[in-house]
Amino acid sequence: MRSADDARELDRREFLKATGSLVVGFSTTETLAAQGPPIIGAARGTASGPPDEAQLDSYFAIHPNNTATILSGYVELGQGGPTALRQIAAEELGLDFEQVLTVRNDTSVCTNGATYASMTVGVGGVKLRAAAAEARRALLMLASELLRVPLEDLNVEKGVVRTKSDPQRSVTYGELLGDKPFNRKYEAVPYRGVGLELPRTNPNNAPPKPRGEYTIVGQRIPRFDIPNKVSGRYTYIQHVRIPDMLHGRVVWPRGQGAYAVSNPKVISIDEHSIQDIAGVKIVRRGNFVGVAAEREWDTVRAARQLKVTWDTFAPLPGTDGLHDSFRAAKTKDLIVADTGDATAAFQKAAHVASASYLGPYQSHGTMAPNCAVADVKSDSALVMCSDQAIYQTRSAVAQFLGLSPDRVRVQFYSGSNTFGSSCYVEAALAAALMSKELGRPVRVQFSREDEFGWDNYAPAHLADLRGAVDESGKIVAFEYQGWGHGSPGPSTVAQLALGVAPAVIDPSGGGLFQLRLSQNDMYDIPNRRIIDHRIPGGYLRIGALRAPLDPPYFFAQEGMLDELAHLARLDPYEFRKRNISHPRWLGVLKAATDAANWMPRGAASNISNARIATGRGIGLGTHHVLMNQGDRITFAAAVVEIEVNKDTGVVVAKHVYGAMDCGLAVNPAIVESQIVGMSIHGTSLALKEEVTFDHAHVTSLDWNSYPALRFGEHPAVTPIVIQRINEKSTGAGEEVLPAVVAAIGNAFFDATGVRLRQFPLTPRRVLAALKSASSNAQPIA
Amino acid sequence: MANEIRLRVNEKTHTVTAAPETPLLYVLTDDLSLQGPRFGCGLGQCGCCSVLADGIEIRSCITPVSKIAHKSITTLEGLPAYYASRMKLKQEPELHPLQDALIAEQAVQCGYCYNGQIIKGAELLFKNPKPTEAQVRAAMNGHLCRCGTYPRILLAIQRASKTILALSKTEGVAHA
Repeated sequence: MRSADDARELDRREFLKATGSLVVGFSTTETLAAQGPPIIGAARGTASGPPDEAQLDSYFAIHPNNTATILSGYVELGQGGPTALRQIAAEELGLDFEQVLTVRNDTSVCTNGATYASMTVGVGGVKLRAAAAEARRALLMLASELLRVPLEDLNVEKGVVRTKSDPQRSVTYGELLGDKPFNRKYEAVPYRGVGLELPRTNPNNAPPKPRGEYTIVGQRIPRFDIPNKVSGRYTYIQHVRIPDMLHGRVVWPRGQGAYAVSNPKVISIDEHSIQDIAGVKIVRRGNFVGVAAEREWDTVRAARQLKVTWDTFAPLPGTDGLHDSFRAAKTKDLIVADTGDATAAFQKAAHVASASYLGPYQSHGTMAPNCAVADVKSDSALVMCSDQAIYQTRSAVAQFLGLSPDRVRVQFYSGSNTFGSSCYVEAALAAALMSKELGRPVRVQFSREDEFGWDNYAPAHLADLRGAVDESGKIVAFEYQGWGHGSPGPSTVAQLALGVAPAVIDPSGGGLFQLRLSQNDMYDIPNRRIIDHRIPGGYLRIGALRAPLDPPYFFAQEGMLDELAHLARLDPYEFRKRNISHPRWLGVLKAATDAANWMPRGAASNISNARIATGRGIGLGTHHVLMNQGDRITFAAAVVEIEVNKDTGVVVAKHVYGAMDCGLAVNPAIVESQIVGMSIHGTSLALKEEVTFDHAHVTSLDWNSYPALRFGEHPAVTPIVIQRINEKSTGAGEEVLPAVVAAIGNAFFDATGVRLRQFPLTPRRVLAALKSASSNAQPIA
Repeated sequence: MANEIRLRVNEKTHTVTAAPETPLLYVLTDDLSLQGPRFGCGLGQCGCCSVLADGIEIRSCITPVSKIAHKSITTLEGLPAYYASRMKLKQEPELHPLQDALIAEQAVQCGYCYNGQIIKGAELLFKNPKPTEAQVRAAMNGHLCRCGTYPRILLAIQRASKTILALSKTEGVAHA
């Protein structure tokens, strides 16, 4: 059976046959009107959403052919979330997986959802399950009236409601409600902020299906988006073309500078520099510069060739001076946690270790540079883009254009996997601005350099750690002092176009960090002190990248844990077992070490003189989304086996064993895929990826200057999913990532006896560390 | 300046008006509305834009359209037919065996790089229907995947290899 997305692909292909060009889009009058499946219920119609979550019609449409469409606001970023949502809806409604369809995410159609912070299943699934239970009861009540039997005498299978006492008496959902509204309110699951579930209060809410009766949730159902993706029929945002459209490109300096201090300023534009390219239009608004033309190649050439003179940037410390400049910065300091008496505990401890750990800026490095298509009229706007949250884009576009949000329609088309806030908002705003200025629809495609150079990078990090253990191998004190900086809030395009002054510091970077530390209770540590050193602006833009801040944080924490294990002369797994009591943390540790056939021995106890050294390491990881999120935590552990070439400094990960306990895994096969993906991504972060910059600009602008893990050097991956049917579903796309980064750092020590406390573990760093260790000629402790 | 350029894509001849130095990718996407080859870097570094030119994988984002005038281009859309013709199959399959294998392995995540992964993997299997793991790794090294699906692509190529070898035995088809 085809999903509604598939059906629309076909519509476009039919259109393609008729016109000879791939076209989607709408006439002016249609811009704000809903499209797609019949839109029913009081909340929608031509009004822009988000629709009332407490209306069943906001979530579902039941069709005469006994299928249902879920109007979910969660999007497909490549991780298979919509397949899991279809499973949840089908299970709870009493339909088959194939009877539940999805639609393109659209502010004129869908509920409000935000596909980030691992919320698709953990939050979207909870809301959807409650709504579906309510919808099923509403349908059974209709059946009860029609069949004149009490509710208790009905059961439903595949949307066919039967009387238990007389199975011949039946009616289908389609017959009961086909394309008519439920017109029914219920108590939606309330949430506070980003993902904190609050209790429902209505005692008459429809109970969800007992988990022991699940037949669809928990099954390894193949993802419905995959066939079109391998055949080439899947439409990405990069494919979208609409009538009368121009191709646009943004023109800005090659690579951002010290962004929280000053915006790029245009000194002059030499329009003659592109006079040989006919028909190119230059758009300038404030310090925003763009070019547009009928043919894409003309736009690409014009963007490269247009001579714009920019004011010089404020100075940057350069990649090699980064962490020293962090340490030297005048910081605002915050004691995040201070439990027990760390000072006293350190004084009397048997073993104390202290060290500094360093992490780089890293880029989203999306496969596809971001793209957006906009059609802006005087009083309305349509924007097609690959934002993770369509209603947030709508707000950003509305504010930027000075329109009311209900005059802006945003439609989601998948781009490549984004892993967080890559440049999708920038592309959407650039397209909207150029369309408004040129009076025609404009498609803005970022170049590879735009995407790398103007990304919101994962934050660079510096940490000073101190830990102490007693004679029995129990951690008695732990101190973590971290340095990080915030990011200017408004988008770059908005800042350039509107002259919005960049915020000098937005504490979100620091806030992320604070959260990470205050939540960390995986180890039983009686005396703990955590200090957050917040650096003012003057660095690169940072943003959320898959498990934000967790890779440098867990690289440091798990590295120090390994140092303590070594001091206590304990095997790293045994040491962790002595210091963890939470059964789910112990569960993932056991699963990963069992899979790796972990034999007890101390780290660096098996060092040889061979040119190729081998080693193994353990790391734990999670991703905290919220303060006090309680049961919304996912538990992850990784064991990684590596080889270090001591002559070339090249580190190769050979095998990653990744274990994850994300509560109820709605689709364990998809969770396994995520573990595979995170294992490779984590290996790439640990060994390869680093945004470089000189004293003026970012210099990582392509796949040569920003190397990522290639096919030839990928490790084998063994994914392990711990299924817990009765637990809440939590995130499944972030937590193994930092565990892998940490495990690779620890494996390096095991292989060489040298602790390398800065990632990525590039050949240059590896050779320097090995050389420094041998010249110091200190015995391995 | 723009010229009329004839090109052969998926066994059909097209005439387009384009500057001769225009990268083939823009002609395939903007003039022929194909969705297989796609923009990834414009630098020949990532492999999203790959197509076959007379059976050899090339990067369409850095290949001027004028340079392929005498070659037969196969895109992802035309791959099953091209496979059928190379393998002398009586009937064109809906998908190349590698495409089927990628579904069976549930390899795909975002799928954006899969145009190139499939084109390159198919090229490899035409040349060497039974590649070793080392040969697969070497052949595929120019195709980035940011979702980290390499292990599953490797499995899928090995699975497709078995399918192709089994087919060769039963149908006695020659490897061109």
